Amino acid sequence: MTVLTESAARAGVDPHLAPASLDPEADLMLLHFGPQHPSTHGVFRMDLLLDGEMVLKATPYVGYLHRGVEKLCEKLSFVQQTPIVDKNDYVAPMTNEQALNMAFERLLGVEVPRRARWMRTIFAELQRIASHLLWLGTFTLDLGGALGGGTTLFMHCFRERESILDLFEEVSGARFHYNTHTIGGNRHDLPAGWDANVERALRVIESRLGEYEAMSVANSIFVARTRGIGVLSGDLALELGITGPNLRASGIDHDLRRDAPYGAYDELPVRACVAREGDCLARARVRVDEIRESIRLVRAGLAGLPDGPICGFKPIRQPTQVKIAGGQAYVAIEGPRGELGTFVVGGGDPATAPHRLKIRAPSLHALSAIPYIVPGHTVSDAVAILGSLDPIMGEVDR
Amino acid sequence: MTATLLLATIVKILIMVMFVLNLAAILTWADRRQSSMIQDRVGPNRAVIKIFGKELRLAGLLHPLADGLKFFTKEDFMPPNADRLLFTLAPIMAMGMVFTLVATIPFGDTICLHQFRLFPDFWHVHTGPHGELLDGVERWGTCAADSRNGYAPLELVVAPLGVGILYVFAMSGQGIIGAAIAGWSSDNKFSLMGALRAASQMVSYEVTLGMSLVGAMMIYGTVRLDDMVRWQQEHAWGIFVQPLAFFLFFAAAVAENKRIPFDLPEAESELVSGYFTEYAGMKFGMFYFAEYAEVVTGSMLLVTIFLGGWALPFFHRDGLLVQFGDTTLLRVAIPHVFVTLLGVLAFFGKVIVVCWIQVFVRWSLPRFRYDQLMKLGWRLLLPASLANILVTGVVWLAVDKAGSAASDGLRIAADVTQAVVAMAMTYLIGRGVVGMFGTVTHERNIIGTSAGIAARRGGTKTEPMQA
Amino acid sequence: MQSPWLSVLSFLVVSTLVGLGMIGAGRVLRVRARHDSPLKVRPYECGEEPTGPAWMQFHPRYYLVALVFVLFDVEAVFLLPWGVVQRELGPAGVGAALVFVAVLMLGWLYAVRKEALKWQ
Repeated sequence: MTVLTESAARAGVDPHLAPASLDPEADLMLLHFGPQHPSTHGVFRMDLLLDGEMVLKATPYVGYLHRGVEKLCEKLSFVQQTPIVDKNDYVAPMTNEQALNMAFERLLGVEVPRRARWMRTIFAELQRIASHLLWLGTFTLDLGGALGGGTTLFMHCFRERESILDLFEEVSGARFHYNTHTIGGNRHDLPAGWDANVERALRVIESRLGEYEAMSVANSIFVARTRGIGVLSGDLALELGITGPNLRASGIDHDLRRDAPYGAYDELPVRACVAREGDCLARARVRVDEIRESIRLVRAGLAGLPDGPICGFKPIRQPTQVKIAGGQAYVAIEGPRGELGTFVVGGGDPATAPHRLKIRAPSLHALSAIPYIVPGHTVSDAVAILGSLDPIMGEVDR
Repeated sequence: MTATLLLATIVKILIMVMFVLNLAAILTWADRRQSSMIQDRVGPNRAVIKIFGKELRLAGLLHPLADGLKFFTKEDFMPPNADRLLFTLAPIMAMGMVFTLVATIPFGDTICLHQFRLFPDFWHVHTGPHGELLDGVERWGTCAADSRNGYAPLELVVAPLGVGILYVFAMSGQGIIGAAIAGWSSDNKFSLMGALRAASQMVSYEVTLGMSLVGAMMIYGTVRLDDMVRWQQEHAWGIFVQPLAFFLFFAAAVAENKRIPFDLPEAESELVSGYFTEYAGMKFGMFYFAEYAEVVTGSMLLVTIFLGGWALPFFHRDGLLVQFGDTTLLRVAIPHVFVTLLGVLAFFGKVIVVCWIQVFVRWSLPRFRYDQLMKLGWRLLLPASLANILVTGVVWLAVDKAGSAASDGLRIAADVTQAVVAMAMTYLIGRGVVGMFGTVTHERNIIGTSAGIAARRGGTKTEPMQA
Repeated sequence: MQSPWLSVLSFLVVSTLVGLGMIGAGRVLRVRARHDSPLKVRPYECGEEPTGPAWMQFHPRYYLVALVFVLFDVEAVFLLPWGVVQRELGPAGVGAALVFVAVLMLGWLYAVRKEALKWQ
């Protein structure tokens, strides 16, 4: 815990100080920032101790969106859980499904066919593009205002994300609750002509990405708002368990797709996008770079997509078909927000449900950086920092 | 005669108030419509009036009307701890000051009314021995005090104040008070922070606003707004003689209006709604309205001081006169009344264009941070405006000393700028007309089956939803 | 000829009446709702119980800005009449203004150096 105390000392606050100890004579203001606030990405709450506009101390509170998903999963059968976890990270349902089903597969010892693995990889990368596009839009919304230039980029990013949702809809018939991953592989094969549609969508996104960069990471006001703001050191990020783009923006070259390959990543080499600065601008740059890298990966995946079966498990006829008597497994994949893990303990009662299911949400760990990197900045910067961490409250609170 | 002038004053007040009120209302629509075009959305189209079974939508133009009705009928909430008097007073002050400001803005050249007739002699052109017009108007807007022809001036400005621009500053400074007491009286932390931000932001940019105009006043040699316009009509538009001051004034005016990228007092991603967080119903509507009215008045000032006010290039008070230096290319005598009316249209047209540019700025930029805003105001714009004053003073001095050759050259340069403006305006109007009648192409990127089906059925854009 | 200030006054009256009329019309037309719920009338603070009063002493930094503003606004008051008659005054006038602005810029430099205008 040395790093924690050090950065707290640097910020001049005790991160474990109780928020109630507010001296009424000190001209300080305790501002409840959230849960009903336009820029807290749902229902997140920070208690900001303010001196004028300066944040002296920031205390995050989570749990406003708790739905008991993990407990619910103990009651539902393995087969029924896939559409439930779709709603955890509601910006990237595909990767949620993938992480969950991979854990079940590891527990059951099921081998996933090669075509299914490649398809899952293509889905995951498309989902990463969609997720990062939405993040870019909402981040500029935080910086630029819902009633100004921020909305412009937000709407444009949503328009491009829409084409990816269309692609998923063609595969699974749904725009959100795909339920296309199943134990042992995929439920739906790719429809005819899908790869041409993907190429069309990617070409549009690629051609417009430069414009979006010019409106965001290359815009001078945007850069002035984000450079040097909310610097997250690599040591602190490691200590807090922060993963994904937030970690890579802090100079730690860590990407599960490359370091612990799953799916088709053992055959598709991934270039991890890394920045050293650790500030909001670095996090933005890393994500924009990752969109480009994901476009490349999707193209490579489609080019090398093998033929064969798409499911290595016997067809599911009824929900109670899959039974797991015992054992435990943890599977982590590189979701759009970082290490998305599923820990499952078999041997529930009845055996068609897990005894315990735990989802490791990268957003929760990202939020834990707030008490360390927000103090010393202004209220405006607090909004920028929160946005740059890309938290999705659905998976934080689960 | 007095009755005529009184009537004229009432008509002038009505023209100004109606123009500001209506343009502000239309701007609320234009802001949304423009943003929807920039953002590839449909935009406002829900408000509908049914007349004889026909649905009237007017491209969403009914939305300001619907908004107004909504504001009137909404619950008027007031926090229990709020200061009741100040809470009610704040929106009145915010809106009242904006309207009072337009009293000194001239929207046309002086017309000379005949003393004994209600309407001037429109068609008769009195021509002097050298082809100049003798309709009773002299150069600086005064009518010939000649009892023989009996003309009296009708100034197209509500209050032709001698202090001119100083009154404008005094009134625009009052806008701070409305925002500040609104935030203070609300008993809300977001409001308080918004009010503090508003107060210090507007105070900071007020200095730049004033300083940038000193340079312009040195050129024009007057504080009267109508004389400023007359100078621009005779010589060159303010944007050419004071380009730096133009941009400084524009930036400061946007900051005074509290619009993006300077909308920190109401930054909704940080302070929810800033100083009017607790306002609802008509009181909120008045703040909302005051913002757009401020855009209109700011544009009016910008047009008057830097974009020639009612002046059109080469249009002089007695007709069209295309002249470079001493070489006259074209001279068409037009009655003064018609030139003036054309000028009134030009003034309102220019105001609309400047408002439109402000809408563009709003929907394409993110927002500054508070310290960056203060830094920009105090450390960049203020020194720049001071430097502008000094450079203007020195250059003006040099021109005065240089003799007639230099001033002749400047006159030709001024006429060239008029030509440039004339060509630019012709081009823009031409483009506008062509664009108005051209077909709109909308590139649609349809991926996926259901999107394709929707597109084949006409899509959601042409088929109004039955919501 | 009537005084132009009379027009200004009438404009002021008209704009105040418009404001009062709007609020009055809102008062007549508005939906009446009961304010008996303590949750409803609570000041908005993102749905949480506000901690501490909103009427508090705010940071002295704001006063500093106001002070510097007064300084430069007075400068503007002196410069405005000078700007109008600047051409008649000739080189001496420009020189005097130069000295005046230079002194003020020294003050500005002092304020900048002391970080009075810096928002930390």
